[in-house]
Amino acid sequence: MARSLSTFRLQLRRFAANRLAMVSLALLVLIALGCFLGPYAFPFNGEDADFDFISAPIDFGSPHWFGTDDFGRDLLVRVLEGGRVSLSIGFLGALTAGGIGILYGAVAGYAGGRADRLMMRAVEVLYGFPYVILVILLSLLFGGGNLALFAAIVFTLWLTPAVIVRAQAQSLAKREFVEAARAGGMTPWSIVVEHIVPNCASVVIVYGALLVPEVILSESFLSFLGIGIKEPQASWGNLIETGTAAMDTDLRLLLLPGGLLAAVLFCLNFIADGLRDAFDPNDR
Amino acid sequence: MLLEARDLDVGYPVAGAGLFSAARILPIVHGVNLTLEPGQTLGIVGESGCGKSTLGRALLRLTMPTGGQVLWQGQDMASFSASDLRRKRAEMQIIFQDPLAALDPRMTLGKIVSRPLATFAPELSKAERLARAVKALEEVGLSEDFARRYPHEISGGQAQRVGIARALIGRPKMMVCDEPVSALDVSIQAQVINLLMDLQERMGLALVFISHNLAVVRHISHQVMVMCLGHVVEVAPKTDFYAGPLHPYSQALMEAVPEPDPVREKGRRGTALTGELPSVLNPPKGCVFATRCPKAQALCHAERPVLRSFGDRQAACHFVESPT
Repeated sequence: MARSLSTFRLQLRRFAANRLAMVSLALLVLIALGCFLGPYAFPFNGEDADFDFISAPIDFGSPHWFGTDDFGRDLLVRVLEGGRVSLSIGFLGALTAGGIGILYGAVAGYAGGRADRLMMRAVEVLYGFPYVILVILLSLLFGGGNLALFAAIVFTLWLTPAVIVRAQAQSLAKREFVEAARAGGMTPWSIVVEHIVPNCASVVIVYGALLVPEVILSESFLSFLGIGIKEPQASWGNLIETGTAAMDTDLRLLLLPGGLLAAVLFCLNFIADGLRDAFDPNDR
Repeated sequence: MLLEARDLDVGYPVAGAGLFSAARILPIVHGVNLTLEPGQTLGIVGESGCGKSTLGRALLRLTMPTGGQVLWQGQDMASFSASDLRRKRAEMQIIFQDPLAALDPRMTLGKIVSRPLATFAPELSKAERLARAVKALEEVGLSEDFARRYPHEISGGQAQRVGIARALIGRPKMMVCDEPVSALDVSIQAQVINLLMDLQERMGLALVFISHNLAVVRHISHQVMVMCLGHVVEVAPKTDFYAGPLHPYSQALMEAVPEPDPVREKGRRGTALTGELPSVLNPPKGCVFATRCPKAQALCHAERPVLRSFGDRQAACHFVESPT
């Protein structure tokens, strides 16, 4: 007989067969590599003003391929550096929010009863919290900056994975292999970690892939409003904000960061789609 | 005595109306007394929903009893600390009705079978645990390469063997078998039953065998216990029971067993039970079987009969005179 394949490997194999998702994944990796390594290829960074080139247009002959902004800063480098911020917040935020949500939901779903009811009511209370006000409050608390933004994003986005995983964990807790694990003397905590969480993996991976664009979008949204990443540090959000301000005269300031953001969001959505097709058992 | 239950009540909490309202208990099993000696098999029979599976789980404290006691080798199991109980679970195991659902789909069979050893024998290394798992798999008739397979790659009968191997790995003294063969093909059923009897003989294993299949119970049991709506209505040694059950409910169960001979089956008088099965939520005041019993009298609806002894058998019916 052929080598045994775990369900997870079978699912990955199905994912790999999805061409659109694989192309998106390749493009996403390319963009991420560009953002993280690209800026090192230039002799200047995104905060260096070049007074010989202020508001320079696109010119592949000059050192500033995509021109510069009002302060003479290289647009391409700023967009790449902004991408670095946006992508790291996106992935780290999704990872943290997802991690917290998974554990919280798995514990609530497995514990059941009163603990579950209390934990989920708490989630509902937090759901009701106005997002923007929360960010402003956290900005005050952390003295502004990336940490406050990150905390605010994680704080609001862990709720949905918690609810999703809790529903899944609740049905898993009634399955016989969980009962067998209890009969095998496992502690509740190791049952959650070894049985419940891995069996929620399918749902979590799919939702996680949708969580990343959500985080990137809320980072951009908050930075756009001016309560996220602040100048001179670049992020796609505040670059787009600058771009919209100059939209009437110079579209390029908007199109480069906006186009990259859109491309990343499209890629992530196609990947999430592929993951769902590969991992969701209801579909087959 | 290996296991004893005294006046065991079991129920499930039903969520209360609000966040802080106390959970109500829906009673499932009422005042069960039973004893189990090492190496013996107690067959528990009854229709679906009569509480036999719940009772089996309560004997292992997988479901918390709501009243009464379970004594393991003379000690009240409620007195064990959580960690003591976890270690003691090596000696009392369970196998399940749906053998595939009892295996975590994301683990290899080797991991599934060896996992309990991490609790029961923490001194063993990972390799030693796996070696023991392979040995346990061989004991139930599965070759070594099964250890690397995943649950979705094996059949129901093989899955049940894996479940038995996992139960055996801690060297149990007792095993609760919750309908272990009712999800399997008839040809596989016999193999699994024979495997269980063989293991019982080799290891002196005591079995609590829960089933609705009287023929299977007859094959494997020493004692038979009949449950109806959470109450024990009859307990008898196997030979006596199959020679002629005392309780009308047991008789009805016995008559419902189809004859293997089609000619005889056709000529059999059809005595299917009529009448309502009482609701668990609203149990009758009298005998739980009275609504369906062909012999029911006014007394049966008014007063619940208690278990009375007739020689070495017991029955809970007002109208049982003496064993014939």
